Amino acid sequence: MLTRLSLMAALALGTATAALAQDATPRDGGTFVFTAPYGNSITSLDITATPHTQDEIVAKALNRSLYKWNPESGKPELDLAESVEKSADGKTYTYKLRDASFHNGDKLDADDVVWSYNRLADPKKALPGAEQMLQIEGVAEFQAGTADHIAGVKKIDDKTVEITVTNLADPGWNLMSNYAPIYSKDYPEDQLASKPNGLGPFKLANYVPGSKVELVKFDDYYEEGKPHLAKLDIMLMGEAAARDVAFRNGEIDANVLGPVQYEAYTQDPALKDNILEVAEVYTRNIGFNPKVEAFKDKRVRQAINHAINSELIIQKLLKNKAYPAVSWLPTSSPAFDKDAKPYAYDPEKAKALLKEAGYETGLKFAVTATDNESWGLPIVEAIIPMLAKVGVEVTTDPVDGSVLSDKILSDNFEAYIWSNSSGPDPLKYLTCFKSTTSQSACNYVKFANPEYDKLLEAAGQETDPAKQNDLLRQANNLFQEEAPVWFFNYNKAVMAYQPWVHGLKPNAMELAIQDYEDIWVDENAPTARQ
Amino acid sequence: MMRFILRRTLQMIPTMLAVVLIIFVIFSVVPGSFITSLMSEGRNATNAQVLTHLNEQFGLDQPLLVRLWNYLWGLAHFDLGISYRTREPVWNVIEPRLWPSIKLALCAMGFAAVVGIPLGFLAALKPGSVFDSGTMVVAVSGLSLPEFWFGLLLMYVFALNLGWLPSFGYQPGSIRHIILPAIALGVSPMALLARTTRAGVLDVMNADFVRTARAKGLAEPRLVRSHVARNVLVLILTTMGLQIGALMGQAIVVEKLFSWPGIGSLLVDSVSVRDIPVVQGAVLVIVLWFLVINMLVDITYALIDPRIKVG
Repeated sequence: MLTRLSLMAALALGTATAALAQDATPRDGGTFVFTAPYGNSITSLDITATPHTQDEIVAKALNRSLYKWNPESGKPELDLAESVEKSADGKTYTYKLRDASFHNGDKLDADDVVWSYNRLADPKKALPGAEQMLQIEGVAEFQAGTADHIAGVKKIDDKTVEITVTNLADPGWNLMSNYAPIYSKDYPEDQLASKPNGLGPFKLANYVPGSKVELVKFDDYYEEGKPHLAKLDIMLMGEAAARDVAFRNGEIDANVLGPVQYEAYTQDPALKDNILEVAEVYTRNIGFNPKVEAFKDKRVRQAINHAINSELIIQKLLKNKAYPAVSWLPTSSPAFDKDAKPYAYDPEKAKALLKEAGYETGLKFAVTATDNESWGLPIVEAIIPMLAKVGVEVTTDPVDGSVLSDKILSDNFEAYIWSNSSGPDPLKYLTCFKSTTSQSACNYVKFANPEYDKLLEAAGQETDPAKQNDLLRQANNLFQEEAPVWFFNYNKAVMAYQPWVHGLKPNAMELAIQDYEDIWVDENAPTARQ
Repeated sequence: MMRFILRRTLQMIPTMLAVVLIIFVIFSVVPGSFITSLMSEGRNATNAQVLTHLNEQFGLDQPLLVRLWNYLWGLAHFDLGISYRTREPVWNVIEPRLWPSIKLALCAMGFAAVVGIPLGFLAALKPGSVFDSGTMVVAVSGLSLPEFWFGLLLMYVFALNLGWLPSFGYQPGSIRHIILPAIALGVSPMALLARTTRAGVLDVMNADFVRTARAKGLAEPRLVRSHVARNVLVLILTTMGLQIGALMGQAIVVEKLFSWPGIGSLLVDSVSVRDIPVVQGAVLVIVLWFLVINMLVDITYALIDPRIKVG
């Protein structure tokens, strides 16, 4: 299994590298027609007001943050700051800002950073992006109403900002978020949603709600020689079948694929060479609610992991558009244990474990599920006969996405199937399962294990990255051993692109979010888009 | 006539009120809320403190009756409320979707009328013929074709294979972009119109006054034009009125498929995140469209058939 995983990862990297390798001499000009595939609309052009990935696809072109995610290295790196100094205690960071202009001509300064972060964390504004500010000292007081600003963000001079955080984790993981952009303090706040004014490589030209966002090159973008494209059109296309036709017809330049299209594209000689694949940092799982008596016993949870043939489901239903999950952290995580083995498909072992736990005569539970093709009802229907063979009866509780989260947050479920973030920051995502993390935050299965808590606490205080990583690896392995979920798969995100497109990156955070400033189209693009 | 329009306008108020109440009650009892929809985003799950503030901001922490009263009070002042999702006035969210929806409904109806009415007429003039049978096959097929499948078929044929038309998208002022969605949406009303027209024409053709006119030596073209067509027109107009009124609400699938920025796709997107003010606003617009179209149809009755008094 591990050999296969490594091979798949290598293949993914290989595909990605191939896509990047041809990007030697970027050509300036032309139009790139991209798609935002998660629905037919976006919520707002002000990314701080929305938590939706669909909006982030547009925001990435318009805005910039203090840090950015580097898809190649898998780490955050400075973006609007050109240098940073860390204090001896590892909690205060002093940033020197680069020279950069907003789309309206305003120049970036330290006041913009202070204003943007205070706005984001302001409890009266209730902005979803506030999540990214929580690590900064003084945010808790500001949100509780006992302070009128964030104490941990200070202007030193026009080009210098000091940020103090509450723990030893690298603040880059939060401040790189596209949901925490830097806005101009002098720009009218009420216009951000309709006439955005960011620091990004493209500025808004036209927005047709429910249809498309047209952007044009921002000439004063701070990176020399970028962006390469003159125009970027983002089509809002929720229907996979429609995207398929449009892509084959050359009307769009890149297309995020679902399982059915993935199978068809990889078998089509005309399309199979221009496919970008990456293991995204999402873990699909069935979470077990410990309020169900049987799920309190680790052996039952392990038995379920042994009773399901995940690989078969991935092969037949997901058309191999997923990587079998080993543990919670994805294979791309630095804390993923390369020697860890997934739960083997072994119905006999499952039966033995159930017998040992006193459930020889069987047990019954319902799985709350949406209709998602990769982590919803079709998957539950596939595991029903597998679990029936070991005496476990599963029923379905079909719901839509909003009801799924409602039921989970209100503890109104026996088991659920969901796709949850599991990266890129291993400390952040493993902290979800500390016993002190509430169910409404992200400890949906109410996992509580003292040993796990100790490992996480030690990791949070560790300044040596290698030692911290080792502690996180141990915690992840313990979580796998405890099996509070059925580890199903990590999403294999797939994007098909036209042969004239260059510069796309295998972004494990979310493949649909691209560094648009690096994309370019060559002379083989349709005439109208050259 | 003015009294009739005034009366019909006033009659719309209880209808709209009933719609508002029904939607309000439905979304009060169904599980899930805008707040929990924010938690279903996975990677970007919103923190609990922000959710609490949002709940307060939108008044979702208030009792149901208070929320209903606030909404009705706003409505009485032509205020549809604030969208939970975009935090803009609901009208600002709906307004850009209105014209694309109306345009699509009118074009779909135009296609239905131009193709369906002549087909129905011609089929009825030669009942039992091959043409008649063929027309009825087309009509039945048109009524039973799933819009999604038919839309995809149109895309494959006219965009992908022939390259004549774009497969998706919206360009204000572009006729090329509206052709495929209009046909996909219009095929069902086209089939219904063909069947209705055929049945109406056959009925009128067998009427005594037609037999009399024919016995008096009236030429067939003039008979059809002056006697048959005018009498069937009321039936056709009724069918068209009902269909065009319903098209705005029926366009959901077609709008989604062709990335057409209409009210239907807005409605679906808003339901999925429980943006109730927008759902209510969008439904009110669809209902209002239906009622206004049918009032216009009633007024037109009087113009084409003097025997009908609308007042």
